[in-house]
Amino acid sequence: MTLWFVFALMTVAAIFAVLWPLGRNGRAQDQGSEVAVYKDQLAEIERDLAAGLIPAPDAEAARVEISRRLLAAAASEPAMAPKSNLKWRRAAAVLALAGLPLVAIGIYMPLGSPRLQDFPLAQRERGSGSGVAQSLENLVVQVQQHLEKNPTDGRGWNVLAPVLERLGRFDDAVRAYRNSLTYNGESAERRSDLGEAISAAAGGVVTVEAKAEFERAQALNADDPKANYFLGLAAEQDGRKGDAATIWRALLVKAPADAPWRALVQSSLARVGGGTMPALSDETIAASKDMAEGDRNAMVRGMVDRLATRLKQNGDDVDGWLRLVRAYLVMGERDKAMGASADARQAVASDAERLRQLNEGLRTLGLGG
Amino acid sequence: MIAESGHYALVLALGLALIQSIVPLIGARLNDVALMNVARSTALAQLLFVGASFVALVMLHVNSDFSVANVYENSHSMKPLLYKITGVWGNHEGSMLLWVSILALFGGLVAAFGNNLPLSLRAHVLAVQAWVASAFYLFILVTSNPFLRIATPPVEGRDLNPVLQDIGLAVHPPMLYLGYVGFSISFSFAIAALMEGRIDAAWARWVRPWTLVAWIFLTLGIAMGSYWAYYELGWGGWWFWDPVENASLMPWLSGTALLHSALVMEKRNALKVWTILLSILTFSLSLLGTFLVRSGVITSVHAFATDPTRGVFILLILCLFIGGSLALFAGRATSLKQGGLFAPISREGALVLNNLLLTVACAVVLFGTLYPLAMEMLADFKMSVGAPFYNLTFAPLFTLLLLAVPFGPMLAWKRGDLLGVTQRLLAAGVAGLVAVAIAWGWASGGSTLAPLAIGLGIFVIGGAVTDIVERTGFVRLPFATVLHRARGMPRSAWGTAFAHAGLGVALIGIVCETTWNSEYIATMKQNDVAHIAGFDVKLDGLLQRQGPNYREMIAEFNVGLDGKPLSVMTPSKRSFTTRGSSTTEAALLTRGASQLYISLGEANAEGAIAVRIYHKPLVLLIWWGPVLMAFGGVLSLSDRRLRVGAPKPARAKQRLQPAE
Repeated sequence: MTLWFVFALMTVAAIFAVLWPLGRNGRAQDQGSEVAVYKDQLAEIERDLAAGLIPAPDAEAARVEISRRLLAAAASEPAMAPKSNLKWRRAAAVLALAGLPLVAIGIYMPLGSPRLQDFPLAQRERGSGSGVAQSLENLVVQVQQHLEKNPTDGRGWNVLAPVLERLGRFDDAVRAYRNSLTYNGESAERRSDLGEAISAAAGGVVTVEAKAEFERAQALNADDPKANYFLGLAAEQDGRKGDAATIWRALLVKAPADAPWRALVQSSLARVGGGTMPALSDETIAASKDMAEGDRNAMVRGMVDRLATRLKQNGDDVDGWLRLVRAYLVMGERDKAMGASADARQAVASDAERLRQLNEGLRTLGLGG
Repeated sequence: MIAESGHYALVLALGLALIQSIVPLIGARLNDVALMNVARSTALAQLLFVGASFVALVMLHVNSDFSVANVYENSHSMKPLLYKITGVWGNHEGSMLLWVSILALFGGLVAAFGNNLPLSLRAHVLAVQAWVASAFYLFILVTSNPFLRIATPPVEGRDLNPVLQDIGLAVHPPMLYLGYVGFSISFSFAIAALMEGRIDAAWARWVRPWTLVAWIFLTLGIAMGSYWAYYELGWGGWWFWDPVENASLMPWLSGTALLHSALVMEKRNALKVWTILLSILTFSLSLLGTFLVRSGVITSVHAFATDPTRGVFILLILCLFIGGSLALFAGRATSLKQGGLFAPISREGALVLNNLLLTVACAVVLFGTLYPLAMEMLADFKMSVGAPFYNLTFAPLFTLLLLAVPFGPMLAWKRGDLLGVTQRLLAAGVAGLVAVAIAWGWASGGSTLAPLAIGLGIFVIGGAVTDIVERTGFVRLPFATVLHRARGMPRSAWGTAFAHAGLGVALIGIVCETTWNSEYIATMKQNDVAHIAGFDVKLDGLLQRQGPNYREMIAEFNVGLDGKPLSVMTPSKRSFTTRGSSTTEAALLTRGASQLYISLGEANAEGAIAVRIYHKPLVLLIWWGPVLMAFGGVLSLSDRRLRVGAPKPARAKQRLQPAE
């Protein structure tokens, strides 16, 4: 409400600026004229002559020339006295009173955002920013500022890097992991974390650079699960599906039974083994990389929703069901995954062959039974 | 609240400008004082509102309010306060707001201090000023609005381009804009005169101070920009003939011509049509400069396609104002009365020559700037027009101009005596020749033209000194009389002498720097010593330091001259995390007018670092010259007395000196 009050005051001030001279029945008192200029010039000549700057003949010639201009100017000086035209003054007043506010509001409304409050730094630091994401961002900024001053604080980089990665700031995460490596020393885990961040920054593609990091991690610890998983992924992306399957199978053999990543490796294995679950095309991934985090989520969600709708209409597609279940698992929505697998069983129940395929697929996804 | 108030103030300024562009014209037509006076109060109110809008943007930047898109994109909460403020105009939107603020400032100044103007002329001038202002307010609001908001504000901004985080940004753009935009006043005066159909000597008297103010700021702005490029970019170059620089040079050239032709008009009521045309052209070139820099045509012709609205909008404004004013000029010019007559050899003749050379030089620069752009646009053929082109075209023109400069002020009005002036300039000429001889003997290597150019510079300075000596009657007359005459001499005569001497000073600096500049480029390790121009430069070591929003690698050099330690120089390389870019901070050691210049390149793994060391003899003269010119302008501006040209009677003899 204060804002509108300020706007109103400003508008009144602007209107007043137009009305003020209209109200005063101003005479043409304070104005210059050509005659005045030439009279000054004549006086100037006298001064110069007195100071000895110009000789008398020059001064005389100049005087004649200026006098001629002076006469001409005096003759052409507008003879008519200033008039006051009430009709036009009223029109100008109306223009100011009605036109000015109309133009101002007409232009401001589509452009401005009168509902938005100011958000200066001081207010931000008091923590009135809302939402968890907001405060997380704040924390990140604080840690970054701390590290800016103490760049050798390895622990700080260690804390910061995964948070950056989760926030989708992959390039920053890569830098943070590198710093962590520099100041905390080598370790297989850090190497493979770095590799993961690099490939995330590349939109999920295990680049040569990322692969080198995983290979170094593997050299440090041959059983490092993340390194092995991504080396398998690299092989898959290179089109060497057999190699990928070998790596992952070896990984599963050594894996503890309760390893949280088991399901992921199993599903990957299923992908190369059965060749059933195509990932997103490269273009889509590339496109999604440049999107903001929110947009990317929206895109993925949109695709999943479309898939779900399609399957509701035509439930014969076993691969589609498996993809849907996997997508829900990836998004962390286990309940929906369970629901989808139940729906899938129902949809293909009439066809024994398909049901068998489905159950097998679900088992590799960790939803067996 | 601040953001939206600032936004609304800008909209109100547009509303006021619209009223200011119509009502006073009706008043002038009806000869109604009240309606004409609306121009004055609206111009002042407009200044108030734009000023408020600008202050609002500054406050938003200082408060780091990232809910404003412009602040988010160009600021950072860790930036030092000075750069938070200067960052306001370190970006497109903010700099356009500064542009219109200065436009409103000049309009407000005319409204406040234009008491000596006839009422209808003032009404016309302010109305024309309001047309320009309205167009640019619309441009800002529609295509480059600095007050657009972000609904969910980010926590940290993207920071200002590190190259701009320098004191230079605080001074250079405001100065340059005061110059560019200041010429809008002479433009408005020209259009007003054409509309009124009355142009005479008094007009030139009224427009002169405004032109002079604009010229002073433009001179300083260009010089400042050049010095900034010199120390910040790390290559030791001070002028690159790149389109952005040319964009500021062109209005300067035509503005200088305008300043001189307005003199003829004021004193002798001649060259009226030409002066009006120059007023229009100068501001048109300022607009063109704004267009070239602000539309994105410069960086690449194709940037046009990425943001077509901005470029097209400015192009539209450009066509409207340049086309409209030239059409008006074409329609009215023929009806202008003929002015005073003069012989070819006279002060007027010299000023015509000055105008001719300056406008041709300006046309050359215009061609060199637009031709590559046109080629790229039409033929998709990338080319660059650089120093060789200008050396062949611009340099000879300026040589001619400089040769003529000492003669101009010494010739009498109406008809002059070239022989007499030549005799009086003999001393200056001899000084020039001696300088050539000395430079020839002294110099080792370099162009043979260099000593000649130095001689020319000395001749120009000598000419300025001779002028003062002749006027005061130094040597000839007793000292008391000389003092009396020096005191009585108009300040503008002093101003002329200083400005002309400034030209000579700048020329000497340019020649010395380009000819006898020595450089040393190598990779240095700790305790390595470089020898350059008699200096021993030893690298003591590298160290790291943390700045407010950057990390800095400093190299410490011990500089000695002839075995004796002289000073410590610390060039550095700053890397800015937010933008992930870095800048080089050159270290400068000034001895007299010469400088030793060290800037750093990349460091390699073994702790060695690439170093560029330059010794630049008399380099500072390049900028002292323009400062001297601007000082001359200020002197001339402070001359409150009106100028009159005393024509020389035909029979008078040459023992008389030219009048001022």
